[in-house]
Amino acid sequence: MTRTPQNRLFGRIDGDIAGILILAALLVIVLPLGLDIFRLNMVGKYLTYAFVALGLVLCWGSAGILSLGQGIFFGIGGYCMAMFLKLEASSPEATKIQSTPGIPDFMDWNQLKALPWFWEPFHSLTFATVAVVAVPALLAFIVGLAMFKRRVGGVYFAIITQAFAAILTILIVGQQGYTGGINGITDLRTLKGWDIRTDEAKLVLYFVNAALLIGCILLCLYVRRSKLGRILVALRDKEDRVRFSGYDVANFKIFVFCFAAALSAVGGAMFTLQVGFMSPSFVGIVPSIEMVIYCAVGGRLSLLGAVYGTLLVNWAKTMLSESFPELWLFAMGALFIGVVMVFPNGLAGLYQQFIAPRLGRLLPRTASGAGTPIIPPHTAAD
Amino acid sequence: MFEGYSLAELGSIFAMQGFAGLILFSVFVLMALGLAIIFGQMGVINMAHGEFMILGAYVTYLCSNFISSTVPALFPAYFFIAMALAFLASGALGMLVEWGMIRFLYRRPLDTLLATWGLSLILQQIFRSVFGAREVGVVLPDWLMGSVAVTDTIEVPINGLFVMGLTIAITIVIYAVMFRSRWGQGVRAVMQNRVMAGAVGINTEKVDRYTFGLGCGIAGVAGSAFTMIGSTGPTSGQLYIVDTFLVVVFGGAQSLIGTIASAFTISQAQSTLEFFLSGSTAKVLTLLTVVVILMLRPQGLFVLKVRR
Repeated sequence: MTRTPQNRLFGRIDGDIAGILILAALLVIVLPLGLDIFRLNMVGKYLTYAFVALGLVLCWGSAGILSLGQGIFFGIGGYCMAMFLKLEASSPEATKIQSTPGIPDFMDWNQLKALPWFWEPFHSLTFATVAVVAVPALLAFIVGLAMFKRRVGGVYFAIITQAFAAILTILIVGQQGYTGGINGITDLRTLKGWDIRTDEAKLVLYFVNAALLIGCILLCLYVRRSKLGRILVALRDKEDRVRFSGYDVANFKIFVFCFAAALSAVGGAMFTLQVGFMSPSFVGIVPSIEMVIYCAVGGRLSLLGAVYGTLLVNWAKTMLSESFPELWLFAMGALFIGVVMVFPNGLAGLYQQFIAPRLGRLLPRTASGAGTPIIPPHTAAD
Repeated sequence: MFEGYSLAELGSIFAMQGFAGLILFSVFVLMALGLAIIFGQMGVINMAHGEFMILGAYVTYLCSNFISSTVPALFPAYFFIAMALAFLASGALGMLVEWGMIRFLYRRPLDTLLATWGLSLILQQIFRSVFGAREVGVVLPDWLMGSVAVTDTIEVPINGLFVMGLTIAITIVIYAVMFRSRWGQGVRAVMQNRVMAGAVGINTEKVDRYTFGLGCGIAGVAGSAFTMIGSTGPTSGQLYIVDTFLVVVFGGAQSLIGTIASAFTISQAQSTLEFFLSGSTAKVLTLLTVVVILMLRPQGLFVLKVRR
């Protein structure tokens, strides 16, 4: 069977869109029907990490920039949302037993007498929602500007983002009166008077989360299909050649880093809403690296793979920690080593190698080559 | 932040904090030396370096228990035996890891980072299963206890002095091995031009394996020294890994002198600030300063000029 390039192009679009539809059906129909609300809420929590993994697919998979600090952005997004919810939960009536009513309880415990200035704007939901995306993107812009303009990349970038994750964690834990310290911001109750702790609210939030995720996947797909996406791949494979062709490489890197940061932050905000608290244990070095493994397991080049990878790793983590807690770190360690040494393309790579060819025979054209090129050995990471 | 202290008191504070910083400096240098060899010379990011250090610490702990229960007469000297064993244990494990894992990843530095992070998780869990989650400490022999009073207000602990002496000795040995021995010449040749080094008859695979082993072995010795100033737990190593990487990068990855200078700057800054501010603020300020300087000067303090 001969196919024109035109045909192949449509075939690819169909493949990706079909994959997204299958995922959407799974998230919106199969899982809500098959799981009770407790497990569904848990899946919702896992899906918030998938936002981070999506960002990493663009940032690491497409553009070759490995950030070990995505937890920073996830955390800031989550904290922005948590600050708004906490202020709503700390109305003067609800906190009248405190020595200073109207401020969050942990501030009262730390002898603060008034709300700190940077908490003030978070009385407004509009401000908080904007801040969820804007603050992380701004931070990523500053870091990216400083590093990429000076052509810092690769390993150095990874180490410095990791240092930032460490700094932010120490800062949050140390400034207990302003941030809630090691416990984080807990006891969040309502969103504009709507109780987020009830089962119905959890169900609604799950669907909002799933819809947002599908939206973000489409957005990422759009970015990858655009000329911009092609330039990102080009600068991953041969940065100098892109630079000599007249592109300002740094600007593209800054953009993709900010984009990934904003995606992570959306995930963080949804996490706070669904789980009902935010703490520094989602910000630091360890969670940040774990988020990289979600992406790596799914396949660092595949958007859908990242979502499945996140679900799979987190599901395994919950199962193993429930029954064999001591095995979990072994499994996680083996996963890191295995994903690097044995299957660098993750689930998506396995799918393409073993399942896609057979599917292709069954359904010619629609499922052929469902999207992502195999990673070329050696060039992807250096 | 200086109000309320007289000049003499300030002098003593700086001296005491400076000394406390010197102990931190020793641990940083010992850890960073191994890391600088592995990262600077081989381009491998070893995130499990902290666990190699903790392995050394546990070996020291076992050794101290074993000697005090079987041959108490040797106890005053156990530390030297423990150090040698720690070096061998960590070095051997390092060579094993190089053979089983790292050698396949030399051209993919970011992937070594992820793989060695996985290794560090596994090692941590092994430590936890074998030694328990609680931190353990070693009993120091009598001659390492106590302190020397330099003036009325300045006291210097003996174990700190010993660790520092040890650090200096090890640094000199490393320098001699890397820059004055035939083997070190081979390592530097491989680092500068792998293909050419192979062409003139250097066994580059062997050099890689021993270099990695040496770096990990030094981490083991660092772990030995670490037991004298802190207690050892399964995750103690992870606390130091980011700091140590910053030390190496800040110093300029391929320069041993740079590593020492940056370890000195970072540890002294942190320890002096710690007295006047809270511990966490001191740490945040130090790390932030280092990161900002690195953004302005990405190549680090000292740069080795190599034609590539």
